[in-house]
Amino acid sequence: MKRYDLIVVGAGPAGLSAAIEAAKCGLSVAVFDENAKPGGQLFKQIHKFFGSKEHQAKIRGYKIGETLLSEADAAGVEVYLNATVSGMYMDKEILVRIGAAMEHFKADAIIIATGASENMVTFDGWTLPGVIGAGAAQTMMNLYGIQPGKRVLMLGSGNVGLVVSFQLMQAGCEVVALVDAAPRIGGYGVHASKIARCGVPFYLSHTITKAEGTDCVTGVEISQVDDHFTTIPGTQKHFDVDTICMAVGLSPMSQLLKMAGCNMVDDPRRGGQVPLVDENGETSISGVFAAGDVSGIEEASSAMIEGRMSGLSAAAYLGFLSEKDKDSSLNELEVALDSLHQGMFAPGSKGKAFTKTDEGIAVSQSLLKKGYLDEADIARFNHFGKKTGVHPVIECTQNIPCNPCQDACPKQCIKIGKTITAIPRIDEDNTCTGCGLCIASCSGQAIFLVDEDYEPGYASITLPYEFLPRPQKGDLGTALSRSGQPLGVAEIIDVRSAKAFDHTTLVTIKVPVAQAMTARFYKREAQRAE
Amino acid sequence: MKSINDRSQDIGPFVSQTDDAIIICRCEEITKGEIRQAIHDGMFTVNEIRRYLRSGMGLCQGQTCGKLVKNIVVQELDVIPAQLDPATSRSPMRPVEMKVLGNEEVTHV
Repeated sequence: MKRYDLIVVGAGPAGLSAAIEAAKCGLSVAVFDENAKPGGQLFKQIHKFFGSKEHQAKIRGYKIGETLLSEADAAGVEVYLNATVSGMYMDKEILVRIGAAMEHFKADAIIIATGASENMVTFDGWTLPGVIGAGAAQTMMNLYGIQPGKRVLMLGSGNVGLVVSFQLMQAGCEVVALVDAAPRIGGYGVHASKIARCGVPFYLSHTITKAEGTDCVTGVEISQVDDHFTTIPGTQKHFDVDTICMAVGLSPMSQLLKMAGCNMVDDPRRGGQVPLVDENGETSISGVFAAGDVSGIEEASSAMIEGRMSGLSAAAYLGFLSEKDKDSSLNELEVALDSLHQGMFAPGSKGKAFTKTDEGIAVSQSLLKKGYLDEADIARFNHFGKKTGVHPVIECTQNIPCNPCQDACPKQCIKIGKTITAIPRIDEDNTCTGCGLCIASCSGQAIFLVDEDYEPGYASITLPYEFLPRPQKGDLGTALSRSGQPLGVAEIIDVRSAKAFDHTTLVTIKVPVAQAMTARFYKREAQRAE
Repeated sequence: MKSINDRSQDIGPFVSQTDDAIIICRCEEITKGEIRQAIHDGMFTVNEIRRYLRSGMGLCQGQTCGKLVKNIVVQELDVIPAQLDPATSRSPMRPVEMKVLGNEEVTHV
């Protein structure tokens, strides 16, 4: 039986972060993962992350995964892949299936970072091929390069549903609708807006009543629900689809902890059965820690911090780190974690209906119900800057923990301040040069550069574009409004890509000046660009 | 508050519902109607239903249907979810072929 100082189960963001911190303190560390590739969900995350610098904001998830892997390698962490931990027993022993054998391993401390699995909802036909989880769709697209289907309906408007819907469109699928039983969009408004301006309709207070088809999905029927989530007869709508994607929440995979005898609690706010843990992630069994989604559903940024905290705590538990050093490191991490736990989407705010932002501005109901800002809403937010020459227009109207735009502007035109959930403000004393760094730095793709004086009668709008093929200078296409409605012809007058933009292309379109504050997306005309 | 441990309580007769034919446990092909019937047969906990019907004992080990079965019990008995323990967790966590399980490396250090 092989022994290590520390065993980590799960090579996702939490597990790898834990292993790195512990190994850096001098512990011998082994990480076990049942998958063939390490990184957990990180390598499916092709979008830019939110947060601030310390949370690796504006970096795409898979890049963060690559960094974690090389750090783990440099720290001497041993990673066992295709290694399924089948049991966890007394005295910190685990049973692992490796190849065709069952092997035992033992450690003086164990960190469980097994993550979560996808929830499902049932309806007539839900077992038909073509009904898949949003995570499965992401695996197919982003790990294996396969389209899950041609026409997709997404159920669930949390961040997972929104992000995966956008990625489905990036992969060339058509998203016909986004459906949620809740009366409001659950995820970030900026994520919803990215989809809405491509013309995808949102059906809130709706649910799927039927997946149609005999051998596979050929269509879907949705119905409206009342305040008690009961379907209202006669409200059915039909869509021709070949794929139904479900993004209806995650459940912690906490079975190993339960099996080992850790005290558990059923906490719906954390996603289900979770271990009782202290602030450092230690369970009721001393030396056994839990980090990441397994101890409560959140997201990768907080999982990485929790992982590091548990790794340091395990190191201190085994005497590799002094209590003093542990406390100072943990305090820093707690501040970082706390800043992610602020704002309208904080774990403690789940289900709350905010009517005003922290700044006292009435929130956009249109954003919550339809996925895009009404023009009247935009006027309430001080995002315009001056209207002479090129200037940024920031359509970020919710208190979310994110601030890369403030650091991106070399002219300090964008201010957020110390509270990272504050809504960005434009400092009108500083002059925008139109460099576009703010556009590329915004993980929510919510910043546009507008110049009303581009040409007499015409304005230029620079927008973030993350689809292929890239438009070419001189192309003519259609300008789309925030709701994806065609506004008229738009000419591409500039296309910029740079390493600093990290795969976000900055596309500048020329539109009649009347559309300066309404045109927010560009639809290429297939026949021209081919 | 109702208690799931009170086996003498009258939960009323089994009334069939329109969606009883929906499969809940895909691995073992157990329908919603079968699970509801099991509750009326006196199986009040997830573990009991599991032993009675084999729901959650297939390939995915209840990863998908665990929550769904629980919600059916919650509705049928009109209890709150926290009162219901999930099914017991035990090794092996994932399905293992017998020949692999038998191929256990037993060494003493």
